[in-house]
Amino acid sequence: MRAVVLGNDVYAYTGSRAVDAARPSVVFIHGAGNDHSVWALQSRYFAYHGWNALAVDLPAHGRSGGVPLATVEALGDWIAGFLDAAGVAQAALVGHSMGSLIALECAARHADRVLKLALVGTAAPMPVSEVLLDAAKRNDHLACELITGWSFSAGKQLGGNQVPGLWLTGNGLRLLEREKPGVLYADLSACNGYLAGEASAAQVRCAVLAILGARDLMAPAKNARALIAKFADPRIVTVPDCGHSLMAEQPDAVLDALREFL
Amino acid sequence: MTKPKTPHFDTLSLHAGARPDRETGARATPIYQSASFVFPDSDHAAALFNMERAGHVYSRISNPTCAVLEERIAALEGGVGAIATASGQAALHLAIVTLLGAGLHIVASRALYGGSHNLLDFTLPRFGVETTFVDPRDLDAWRAAIRPETRLFFGETLGNPGLDVLDIPRVADLAHDHGLPLLVDSTFTTPYLLQPFVHGADLVFHSATKFLSGHGVVIGGLLVDSGQFDWDTPKARGKFPTLTEPYEGFHNMVFAEESTVAGFLLRARREGIRDFGACMAPFTAFQILQGIETLPLRMARHVENARRIVAFLVAHPLVESVGYPELPAHPDHALAAKLLPKGCGAVFSFNLKGTRAQGRTFVEALKLFSHLANVGDAKSLVIHPASTTHFRMTAEDLVRAGVTEGMIRLSVGLENPDDLIEDLSRALYAAGKA
Repeated sequence: MRAVVLGNDVYAYTGSRAVDAARPSVVFIHGAGNDHSVWALQSRYFAYHGWNALAVDLPAHGRSGGVPLATVEALGDWIAGFLDAAGVAQAALVGHSMGSLIALECAARHADRVLKLALVGTAAPMPVSEVLLDAAKRNDHLACELITGWSFSAGKQLGGNQVPGLWLTGNGLRLLEREKPGVLYADLSACNGYLAGEASAAQVRCAVLAILGARDLMAPAKNARALIAKFADPRIVTVPDCGHSLMAEQPDAVLDALREFL
Repeated sequence: MTKPKTPHFDTLSLHAGARPDRETGARATPIYQSASFVFPDSDHAAALFNMERAGHVYSRISNPTCAVLEERIAALEGGVGAIATASGQAALHLAIVTLLGAGLHIVASRALYGGSHNLLDFTLPRFGVETTFVDPRDLDAWRAAIRPETRLFFGETLGNPGLDVLDIPRVADLAHDHGLPLLVDSTFTTPYLLQPFVHGADLVFHSATKFLSGHGVVIGGLLVDSGQFDWDTPKARGKFPTLTEPYEGFHNMVFAEESTVAGFLLRARREGIRDFGACMAPFTAFQILQGIETLPLRMARHVENARRIVAFLVAHPLVESVGYPELPAHPDHALAAKLLPKGCGAVFSFNLKGTRAQGRTFVEALKLFSHLANVGDAKSLVIHPASTTHFRMTAEDLVRAGVTEGMIRLSVGLENPDDLIEDLSRALYAAGKA
């Protein structure tokens, strides 16, 4: 579907289904330099199991217009604007990596709009290494290589994809390469500068699920502990032998955790 | 964090896509010789059918052994994924039918394998798909052949049989300027010698029967997607409705939206393999995997042997000419040095001095070189293109394709090069006496 948010044309994948006001809604929010397609399997499942599933492309990402927003807080507000544009009063939010921080901020700042919160591959703060930030700032291909190298567990660097015939690291790399110049740097800067995580977590009133990769190098599970401790009643699912790209590495484990939670 | 290390080509040749079997610990990739796969429950079954979960349903669509091979070639080519097919011809057909239908048009190099030429020139027109053949070296000819209904550029990394080196960067740039993808047959070079995606190609296919296998015991093909071509970019918009518009045959899926970088492969698997059914058998995939494990070692030796034999033939008084791009006289010598620094493969042609009968005597006098219709075997092979692979062509078409009636094509194997030279020397002597 397409919608207009803050004057810009925005795309959200819905599994080729129209939004139905009678159905519950779940919004999937991608991470830095990615787009809706990282949620292909999970969002499609919910779209065909009684939900409005909206996997959005953030501003300037994928098929959405506009310019990248500079802060996680602004992106959290943008999600509320997207819900307005999509005609969705309330929704569950599912975010990955940077998307998890955006979902968290939206839940804290727009508590009446968010029914449940699922944070995948999350950590706060989410500091970004200087070498990665520098490469992204220069639009150097090295940034894509670093993220791809760090995003998959060691075993998955050699393949064994659950989706037949697709090479995981090749997909990850190519998706990052597709982003427009400057987008990845804006995303990583927003992650690096986001310090409100624990304070915002304390304001969240809805149920929270954290899905963590046991071998996540980008957002190590131990770095999520302090954040998760701030939620009133968090649930945690740790996926064994899984890196940061949980939806790609262990799509069924992520889906099963979401099904049970949502 | 330290900079991640990407596995090298040799390592990927052995490991990409595979891991020890979880159930048994088997180190080799098991042959999953099963037509279908059990569903844990009805909901899981429905989710597999609707692409909400990952996994295997039926071996025509996907199979675990074939999936390992698909990942491995995708890794070696630097692509996003691949589909294993019943043959190289099936891979070419799958690429075309995923993008084109009746009324659409292809621009192709005229220096093609005879089987590809047959498909494009004689068979596809019956289904409404036309092809214009051009001199692969003539960029203006590629440009001039483009029509409003053109949807694909197609060539071979090393043209058959003259070893015309496809100028992939320039041809790809031209294609992309017109919102078109470039499909490349990379059978003769394999990713060890040339990775077409690095130079701008969008799709690659292989006859895996050849160097990828090396053993000459299977027929198989592989179609690989770079994931680099944006089917919805302004220049391409509206040209590829199979990828950018809802497909009624699969719940109105819009493949380029479903997967930003692998939409082509999704459509090819969910329609082309599903409906045309030219899939690879798991035992075939297993055998090709055994070949790929030693691909880097074999290709290095193939090239080394080919260079020795080229040098021998160039110096022989009964040889009129040798067409190998590493020779300064070859029209693509400079381009080959740029695109093929590791070597120009092990298949090449030469022209004998003398009559057609002398050519026949030469072929029949060989003892180590086997006279047959294949290339890329570990064993050395020989053929006379004018009477075999290109026999359907008219004399005029033969000239355009760079084939002469006295041309002999060799596929240099892995034997000791001294023995191969001895064999050739004996056969040349016999031809000289005939």
